[in-house]
Amino acid sequence: MEIKTFIENVADQFDETDAAVFTPETEFKELDEYSSLVALSLIAMIDDEYDVTLKGDDIRNSKTIQDMFNIVKSKL
Amino acid sequence: MAFLDFKNVRITGFSAGVPKNVVKTKSRNPKYSDDEFIKNVGVVEKRIDDSFTTSDLCYHAAEQLIADLNWDKKEIDALIFVSQFPDYVLPATACILQDRLGLSRDCYAMDISSGCSGWVYGLSSVSSLISNGGVKKALLLVGDARRIYDVKLLDPLFGFAGCATAVEYQEGENGIKFQMGTDGSGFDAIITPEGGARNRFNEKSLDIDVDEDGVQRNGLCSRMKGMDVFSFAISTAPKSVKKLAERHQIDLSKVNYLVLHQANKRINDMIVKKLGFDEDRIMESMSTFGNTSSASIPMSIVASSTTNNYIERKTFMTCGFGVGLSWGTAYFELENCIISKIVEV
Repeated sequence: MEIKTFIENVADQFDETDAAVFTPETEFKELDEYSSLVALSLIAMIDDEYDVTLKGDDIRNSKTIQDMFNIVKSKL
Repeated sequence: MAFLDFKNVRITGFSAGVPKNVVKTKSRNPKYSDDEFIKNVGVVEKRIDDSFTTSDLCYHAAEQLIADLNWDKKEIDALIFVSQFPDYVLPATACILQDRLGLSRDCYAMDISSGCSGWVYGLSSVSSLISNGGVKKALLLVGDARRIYDVKLLDPLFGFAGCATAVEYQEGENGIKFQMGTDGSGFDAIITPEGGARNRFNEKSLDIDVDEDGVQRNGLCSRMKGMDVFSFAISTAPKSVKKLAERHQIDLSKVNYLVLHQANKRINDMIVKKLGFDEDRIMESMSTFGNTSSASIPMSIVASSTTNNYIERKTFMTCGFGVGLSWGTAYFELENCIISKIVEV
């Protein structure tokens, strides 16, 4: 899996935030648009695209998009 | 691995008891408007009336079904009541219902404490009693009426319902096939923390806490770890259904109906997509009755059959999943099955 596509997939879950904002270092939970519903969309997207089901703790333990990417990769 | 297969068992009827009082869904989370909340959760309205307990609703559903089936009450050998809102801490509500319904003193009666997976668990217990002919007719009464101290604290997801399922012995029937599972490591993913023996009711139990989303609860309100429940449901439920289908070579594309526990719209849409069912093969009730806990599967069958009080031969895949964490899938055929009109009380 590639970080570039992963970032695009993450950005897709945010309707109002400009896609250009997203980098590996983005602290996605600090974005204004982040909410518990976005968290569910992220879990659903990762389940759909990567066949990995993240738990609540995986999201809680991810500060940046890179952190979340690493967790998904470790579960592949 | 908990695969069960009970022959000689047939479901012959369903009924549902709900309060007349309709409550439109409102978001209690200041971050979401009512419309946003309804769009994601899928509950437009539900039935709530704090004057009924679960057993009241089940009683009315059972009386209707017994009348529609023309059953002689003396012939009902077993009653199983599944709920997480029983009438009393003790005795078991099934005993109270045996008397209230006027059933025989020779009746087997038992409570099962279970929520989202409760109908499937109850059905497996009833089926095990019937399969070898020891019990010929049984009632499975399920549901939750979340009577709490303050209606304002009620989770907007849930509606009140009590459903009755009639199950009979019939020699040579294909019966009902099950796959069940448990993951108690997630016991606190959905929990009412106080009021039981572990954290007893105390002087602080009614104090209101406000969580990070601005939602108010006291110690007797249930709470949910949303992300954990979501990831559990979208992964476990489809696997359970697929395991059962694989074991019995059931072609999911040929199953007439998929009836899922009515968790919420996002969860159910994901599961339906993973299992490849089209909308016309889904029975639902969450939009008009909310998440009715253990009643949600029979409630969906009753609510989807309002134009017809009778089901001709059809195959059903049903799956309940949630609080426990616990799950169960049941596969069966319905033929000449009575669907009572919804009983509004």
